[in-house]
Amino acid sequence: MVSRTSFSGPLDPAPDAGWVDAPPHVGFFTDTSICIGCKACEVACKEWNGVPDDRFGLLGMSYDNTGSLNANAWRHVAFIEQPAAPEGSDGGFRWLMSSDVCKHCTHAGCLDVCPTGALFRTEFGTVVVQADVCNGCGYCIPACPYGVIDQRKGDGRVWKCTLCYDRLRGGLEPACAKACPTDSIQFGPLEQLRARAADRVEALHASGVAGARLYGADEHDGVGGDGAFFLLLDDPQIYGLPPDPVVPTKHLGKMWRAAAVAAATMLVGTLASFLGKRR
Amino acid sequence: MVEAKNRGATVIHVDPRFTRTSALADLHVPLRAGSDIAFLGGIINHVLSNDLAFLDYVVAFTNAATLVSDEFRDTEDLDGLFSGFDPQTRSYDTRTWQYAGMEQTPEETRGSSEQAREHAAGHEFGGHGAPLGGEVPPSDPTLQHPRCVYQILKRHFARYTPEVVEQVCGVPRELFARVCDAWTRNSGHDRTTALVYSVGWTQHTTGVQTIRAGAILQLLLGNMGRPGGGVMALRGHASIQGSTDIPTLYDLLPGYLPMPHAATHPGLPEYVDSLTGSRTKGFWANARAYTVSLLKAYFGDAARPDNDFCFDHLPRISGDHGTYQQVLSMIDGRIKGYFLLGQNPAVGSAHGKAQRLGMANLDWLVVRDLTLIESATFWKDGPEVATGEISPETCRTEVFFLPAASHVEKEGTFTQTQRLLQWREKAVDPPGEATSDLWFFYHLGRRLKEKLAASADPRDTPVADLTWDYPTHGRHAEPDAHAVLKEINGYDVTSGRLLSTFTQMRGDGTTSGGCWIYTGVYADGVNQAARRTPAGEQGPTALEWGWAWPANRRILYNRASADPAGRPWSERKAYVWWDETRGEWTGADIPDVEKTKPPSYRPPADATGPAGLSGADPFIMQSDGKGWLYAPHGLLDGPLPTHYEPAESPVRNPLYTQQANPVRQVYPRVENPANPSPPEGGSDVFPYVFTTSRLTEHHTAGGMSRYVPYLAELQPELFIEVSPALARERGLAHLEWAHLVTARAAVEARVVVTDRLAPLRVEGGWCTRSASRTTGATEA
Amino acid sequence: MVERAEFTSYYGRPIVKKPVWKWPVPAYFFTGGLAGGSSLLGFGGAVTGNWRLARHGRRAGFVAILASTAFLIEDLGRPERFLNMMRVFKPSSPMSMGSWTLMLYGPTAGLAVVTDILHGAAHFPARGGAKRRPWVHALARSRLLDRVSFLGEIAAGLSGIGVASYTAVLVTDTSVPVWYAARRELPFVFVGSSMAASGGLAAVVNPAADCAPARRMAVLGSALELVASDVSRRRMRAGPVDVGEVYEQGRAGRLERLSQALTVAGAVLTGVAGRRRGAAAVGGALLVGGSLAKRFAVYEAGMQSAEDPTYTVGPQQARAAGLSEPPGRARGGRPARR
Ligand SMILES: Nc1nc2c(c(=O)[nH]1)N[C@H]1C(S)=C(S)[C@@H](COP(=O)(O)OP(=O)(O)OC[C@H]3O[C@@H](n4cnc5c(=O)[nH]c(N)nc54)[C@H](O)[C@@H]3O)O[C@H]1N2
Ligand SMILES: Nc1nc2c(c(=O)[nH]1)N[C@H]1C(S)=C(S)[C@@H](COP(=O)(O)OP(=O)(O)OC[C@H]3O[C@@H](n4cnc5c(=O)[nH]c(N)nc54)[C@H](O)[C@@H]3O)O[C@H]1N2
Ligand code: SF4
Ligand code: SF4
Ligand code: SF4
Ligand code: SF4
Ligand code: SF4
Ligand SMILES: [Mo]
Repeated sequence: MVSRTSFSGPLDPAPDAGWVDAPPHVGFFTDTSICIGCKACEVACKEWNGVPDDRFGLLGMSYDNTGSLNANAWRHVAFIEQPAAPEGSDGGFRWLMSSDVCKHCTHAGCLDVCPTGALFRTEFGTVVVQADVCNGCGYCIPACPYGVIDQRKGDGRVWKCTLCYDRLRGGLEPACAKACPTDSIQFGPLEQLRARAADRVEALHASGVAGARLYGADEHDGVGGDGAFFLLLDDPQIYGLPPDPVVPTKHLGKMWRAAAVAAATMLVGTLASFLGKRR
Repeated sequence: MVEAKNRGATVIHVDPRFTRTSALADLHVPLRAGSDIAFLGGIINHVLSNDLAFLDYVVAFTNAATLVSDEFRDTEDLDGLFSGFDPQTRSYDTRTWQYAGMEQTPEETRGSSEQAREHAAGHEFGGHGAPLGGEVPPSDPTLQHPRCVYQILKRHFARYTPEVVEQVCGVPRELFARVCDAWTRNSGHDRTTALVYSVGWTQHTTGVQTIRAGAILQLLLGNMGRPGGGVMALRGHASIQGSTDIPTLYDLLPGYLPMPHAATHPGLPEYVDSLTGSRTKGFWANARAYTVSLLKAYFGDAARPDNDFCFDHLPRISGDHGTYQQVLSMIDGRIKGYFLLGQNPAVGSAHGKAQRLGMANLDWLVVRDLTLIESATFWKDGPEVATGEISPETCRTEVFFLPAASHVEKEGTFTQTQRLLQWREKAVDPPGEATSDLWFFYHLGRRLKEKLAASADPRDTPVADLTWDYPTHGRHAEPDAHAVLKEINGYDVTSGRLLSTFTQMRGDGTTSGGCWIYTGVYADGVNQAARRTPAGEQGPTALEWGWAWPANRRILYNRASADPAGRPWSERKAYVWWDETRGEWTGADIPDVEKTKPPSYRPPADATGPAGLSGADPFIMQSDGKGWLYAPHGLLDGPLPTHYEPAESPVRNPLYTQQANPVRQVYPRVENPANPSPPEGGSDVFPYVFTTSRLTEHHTAGGMSRYVPYLAELQPELFIEVSPALARERGLAHLEWAHLVTARAAVEARVVVTDRLAPLRVEGGWCTRSASRTTGATEA
Repeated sequence: MVERAEFTSYYGRPIVKKPVWKWPVPAYFFTGGLAGGSSLLGFGGAVTGNWRLARHGRRAGFVAILASTAFLIEDLGRPERFLNMMRVFKPSSPMSMGSWTLMLYGPTAGLAVVTDILHGAAHFPARGGAKRRPWVHALARSRLLDRVSFLGEIAAGLSGIGVASYTAVLVTDTSVPVWYAARRELPFVFVGSSMAASGGLAAVVNPAADCAPARRMAVLGSALELVASDVSRRRMRAGPVDVGEVYEQGRAGRLERLSQALTVAGAVLTGVAGRRRGAAAVGGALLVGGSLAKRFAVYEAGMQSAEDPTYTVGPQQARAAGLSEPPGRARGGRPARR
């Protein structure tokens, strides 16, 4: 199988990957302005997907004892305590909560670089690892601009959110979205979600929450838009998200070119070394 | 809360700590723990002194106009005590609290609040307070009479100025003003405000009066019985409401009928009389029908008119048999055996050490739980084993652990806080030998009956007379939960037809019913609790989702949503109203008034029961049909709420010489020392207040969460949250350890320093605060 | 300039994940470079009739690639699934391309060694005077062998360059800040390092008399590596956030300084006194060490830059704020599909 994935720009990823009659591109809109930090999403994900428990210890990072997305945490609820009162909030203190997940990038670094084809683009436009193919080369891990995909210790393979591929194929919504009591996690066709998200931002702005903004909703961003995008109330890096991620493969052509020139330099340089005396 | 916000509600969260709820609220108002009455009192004062009450509502629907005895003296006159206080017994004689002209009402059952406190904790009259006599008390609808409830209220709350609120609660004046403004502006003809509370109120020695203060405010603003209004207890466990309706409380029978008392309830007539009085108005007048139907459900054919329907088979209470008294009785060796189902007192109940010492001094203890909880293993691994106070070798208690089926492994109902019964299907079979609690009690009863079948001992006849005939099914002979729900619903004894409403109940033994307020849950032979019509396919009140008691009514006292003439107070808040042309009440809910009783109905002087209430009276479970701003009966510690310091408070009461609630129940025992509170000496030994709170990731004592890795990893350790200021003061460092010491125990916890706990300025200094807990730790 | 103070991270936690790769991976970069450079050296030797360098290049290339393969497989989470690399041919994956390059290089490097042995058998008497089988002689002297051997030599030499250079793309095509930021220069650093190490190794194990080309290669490579590193470093320093400063900090800093010292010393010694056997050997060894240190420096720098969210956020924040022209922005329109 040769990946046909393009490296940048707006794109319907499933047809691009060769799916014929693909269903609509689906994903998540996570509205962090109504996240109550209950972590039901984290637990539901683990229950449904049989993700192992991880670590038992207080991190001292507010109420976050998960720490990060990793091989054993495919949803991660971040808690940010902000002492100062930014505009539009009351009381001088703010506590942000946000449930992070794999972005299912339109141009997915992890998928692009996977040398075995273990990572693949599903008919729903999502990005999934095939555990029976992955050989644990680990390349996808630094390729992800968001630090999502991760190797499981003792197992050797990499794991991440599958966007509940099995549930999608069974016509069900993903477990985390199903469990979310406030609909902070909304699942559906991306087009609908983007429209809804835009309305929500407008409504929040109108009610004085000036800091509300969408993250990952722009198809023209460095990853061609996230399949899982967010409404944030502050800068992305506050939540542990990269402010302007770019899929590294976006510049792969240039990298190959640089490498080709370097290779030519090596060839010429080495051969040139043979010009001249032998001793 | 998110749902409400989506619909445009403004959410205000009043809590000492900044919590996950505060994070989503529009406004967080931190206040000093235990100072809510002062806070609410301040708002009440704001309403009264600025004439912001919903007067049409207040005059018509509450007891604001009623005159109170001229012998009544307020805390404002007596430095923190109401009239009638007896320092010897630390109790009130409530005679002077009565309505004018009713001081002499002979109520020997009422007695002093001491007796009430010591044995029935206010439940003596069921869930509704004591009946009034038949007379109509004098009133002044202009609300000008100095002894009318309205004026008494005004005087009582005048003290609670914004300055006092700031002083007592630490809430700055401008923040307080915002709350006052938001609450009052969102109340009235067109708007309503809801009040929601939970254990931040109920777990204080002043809990009941705090809730009373909330109720007074909501009545004054016309927020009761109307859509979007109300006082909502967010109750705890999944069916904790169900376990009060069909109670696990020693002093109640199903449907808030009181448990008979050895001294005052020798027989059925006396019992019924104590509930109804001679001429009681309202629905409690039918208490006999409810009681007799219950007895028929218990004893079936054996319950006959000639034996008072086996009323004497009911046990009698003789004093305080509450959980804390029982623990002390266990320590004293007066209780021999203990069934523990669905509770983990070794961890979850106050003063865990006393709980464990008590349970270590039994002959036998039966624990039915999902996992081997600490209450079943305390004898070998409790903290007292380490200290030598309990020794596994010599601990005399024989513990039987029985595995229980969880809620997903059995069918039945949950009743939640809104009185809504929802039927659960069984999702999976219980593992191994685990069985339902219904199974346990049914087969326990069955075997007892078998063992006693041959007994001629009269004391065994109650067991013999019990109807115990539920059909069973399956591998374990599981009793049919539907049959139980039908029995609770009630039926006509002769025809066997299921009743559809409690008004069909009779006091002559022709009807049976296990809990009168639940009658109708099986109306028409249909399990109404199992209804699941989706929201989109029915009206906004969702009357076809589950079933709410009573009569599937979603808002109690909803007649108050219409004005005295039966017209909605406003178009926007129309809910139920009188339809003149059809001559009946109608609307979005089941009207909480007899369907065809016109608003203009006025009872004849001698009418009793429901007919004794006028067509303008919404609060039909009250004997005068009014919402009680002032409670002449039913409360043991005063007709009005007033600020006392919580027990063990390190702060001197800024308002009165009287420091704490004078009639609060205390258990002065060596096993149960209390932190000294001013003006007591030594009160500076424990200068810090710490409150506990839940973590979403865990459930109460943790039997259902600490053992589940997916939950435990989310909150893996006990920790204490402290403000940076307190951390500095005590030299505490983030993620290091702290010792928490009380008069009763000491625990170690990890320190989490956080800005979510902000110091508050109260009278005489700063109040740095701390709060803690994870994994169901209690106040050890 | 974006001040660090402006940026609040999530509890200082990294945003991108650092690679799970352990020491075998930088070791592989080194041996891969050594293999490629050596094969190229061997090819040059064969073309110019420098048989000693030819033979050395073939053998060093083969041994180095055996080591490379061992390192590679060793670092897989599921080594037994190594061959899954061959399931797909994926230009978007440098590792896939690298695997296929290795697939080409490994056998051809092997072939080069085999033919070299056969040639040796044909042209030199067997050790100890033992008799050789006649078919060996026949094969060794056949023109077919010459042709195969020559083609193999070319293939090994060219794919060797691939092996030596693709690893740079392998690391730059990631979100590891300092690697990604070096995407223009790192291939030059890597091939330079590869040339320095290969030339240096040849100078260590072969008589100085045949090694002038190897020494020139080594000095050239060293210069290339040093200059490319410097260009890269300057570019990063000129950016809104100096991602390259990790090369001055911690382990990466120590390794980088070590590498520079070894490489400079090795290059000077080789260039000035390389004609003397002893000096050539020492100089060559310094260069081999310098190359090895360089690979570990790059590896550690990558790890360090991934661990500190500043390096992920800073450049992106600057780019988002339009502080610097996004390097290599797509020129509009959709790029051609691959
Ligand atoms: N996930 C989860 N859900 C649960 C439970 C659980 O254990 N886990 N338990 C269930 C049960 S049994 C119950 S009873 C409910 C309880 O539900 P809640 O009442 O919400 O329980 P807590 O979180 O303990 O909250 C008590 C709050 O009161 C605050 N507080 C303390 N003192 C005062 C005071 O004097 N005045 C005011 N205004 N606030 C004060 C505390 O800071 C704390 O935030 O939750 C139920 N739901
Ligand atoms: N310090 C402090 N102490 C507190 C509180 C606080 O806020 N602070 N809150 C108090 C409050 S509000 C409450 S409600 C109590 C709660 O305290 P508990 O009621 O003692 O605690 P739970 O853990 O809820 O105990 C319920 C047990 O029932 C088991 N169980 C679950 N389902 C079933 C079933 O179907 N059958 C049987 N037989 N068992 C079952 C569970 O495994 C669990 O062990 O804690 C009180 N203690
Ligand atoms: S977020 Fe990372 S792991 Fe998820 S699809 Fe994008 S690149 Fe892959
Ligand atoms: S670790 Fe597995 S999924 Fe990731 S790139 Fe390698 S083979 Fe593909
Ligand atoms: S979509 Fe499924 S796999 Fe992904 S986080 Fe949600 S529950 Fe987990
Ligand atoms: S389930 Fe929903 S509300 Fe709860 S933490 Fe996850 S996203 Fe937030
Ligand atoms: S869904 Fe509601 S009722 Fe159920 S556990 Fe969560 S908060 Fe409690
Ligand atoms: Mo509770």
